[in-house]
Amino acid sequence: MKKVLMGNHAAGVAVKLARVDVVSAYPITPQTQSVELLSEMEASGEFKGRFIKVESEHSAMASLVGASIGGARTFTSTSSHGLAYMHEVLHWAAGSRLPIVMAEINRGMGAPWVLWTDQTDSLSQRDTGWMQAYCTSNQDVLDMMLIAYLVAEEVSLPMMVVLDGFILSHTYEPVDIPDQKDVDRFLPKFKSDYSVDLKRPRTYGSLTLPKDYFRLRRRMAADMNRALEVFEEACEKFDGIFGRRYSAVETYLCDDADLVLVTSGAVSSTAIAAVDELRAEGFKAGNLRQRLFRPFPAEALRKAAKPGTPLVVVDRNISEGHHGIFCEEIKSALYSMKKPPPVYGVVTGLGGGDITVELLKEIWHEAKDGKIEASEMAFMEDAR
Amino acid sequence: MPRLKEDPSTLPVLLTGELPAYEVKTGNWRSIRPVIHKEKCTGCALCWKFCPDACITLKDGKPDISFDHCKGCGVCATECPTNCITMVDEASESVGEAI
Repeated sequence: MKKVLMGNHAAGVAVKLARVDVVSAYPITPQTQSVELLSEMEASGEFKGRFIKVESEHSAMASLVGASIGGARTFTSTSSHGLAYMHEVLHWAAGSRLPIVMAEINRGMGAPWVLWTDQTDSLSQRDTGWMQAYCTSNQDVLDMMLIAYLVAEEVSLPMMVVLDGFILSHTYEPVDIPDQKDVDRFLPKFKSDYSVDLKRPRTYGSLTLPKDYFRLRRRMAADMNRALEVFEEACEKFDGIFGRRYSAVETYLCDDADLVLVTSGAVSSTAIAAVDELRAEGFKAGNLRQRLFRPFPAEALRKAAKPGTPLVVVDRNISEGHHGIFCEEIKSALYSMKKPPPVYGVVTGLGGGDITVELLKEIWHEAKDGKIEASEMAFMEDAR
Repeated sequence: MPRLKEDPSTLPVLLTGELPAYEVKTGNWRSIRPVIHKEKCTGCALCWKFCPDACITLKDGKPDISFDHCKGCGVCATECPTNCITMVDEASESVGEAI
């Protein structure tokens, strides 16, 4: 059934469809409606899970760690400073190998206060052991949430479904809401290997010596890598039931392109329009959309990249003292190619500045005309 | 080669402990110990309430400390309103006398 939904509500509807047992969350702009909807649905009885109201994001994640060990399917959502406040417990969730799923609504980090979209909040959590998938539309948000549960529970690692603040979270788009019976077919009941049982008390995460710790982390790294394969399998299964195909790396008109725009998040939707306009004007443009950030789809990127076709990476994030974060990670993934293509980096739209079709076309031309140095971090904005 | 030899898929995903916390004896971490002067103790139970390791129980209304678990943190001595708990060096001879 098609409905017109904001991105936050698409996430909330997915939580209901996934038959989540426990939601624990604290409100923060621009995430609020995602859990507001769940709270309302819990009150009306439409959502059968429990909603725990907590005093902070740190507590939200901590309570889900407990619920997840106890065998519950769990959800939270947050944004920006809320995510930063959760940081410590993100490591606990991943290290405890719990398949918690979170909707992370991108918002810039203070100081100074900013409300609008910017990926630096989620990318700052790169090394917490959480998987991260970036969404391009509100349909994508709902679908990625369902896929996230399947993948997370298969590899025993938590996953963030990341959507752009306001651009997706507050924008209403048509979303096809799948039937419950199809979702049940796609997503079986969560079976935990662990339990909270007073008759069989156990300690979780207690002091571990270096030799064991090293091996636990080695296993975690292996499972994170395996998640690349599991993600593709889940996407294939999803396509078989719902008829929508996703992948860790998606390409649009890249085969004969002279230069490829590399994007993530909602900008990937805008990039399709920019490529279409460039093509109509006679320029051979293509778009590579990176959906997964962790695990990093390095092999898929190497397959998609061609030695003679330069890439220009559009980063709505920054690591001051280095470059845009996607750009640097992509460069490092391509380094092992025999003849890696030139990779240019553009930082734009920080703190929510518009990344328009016109701006993306200009970025494509600047890179194509050799006006961006490969060693440079170019800062660009839409001057209109 | 100094590489890890195990196939990663054979390594443990998680290690859990079977010992409940009360069986983990932490008392040997202690370098100072609380000594209660029972004649000054009013049995207010504040030490029982504040003990971060929950190793104080009340026996006939007076505190009784489990030295299998007490790490000697001194919170009980700081909180005691009648100052009836003193912290004594484990190495000193007065420990024996006080007990």
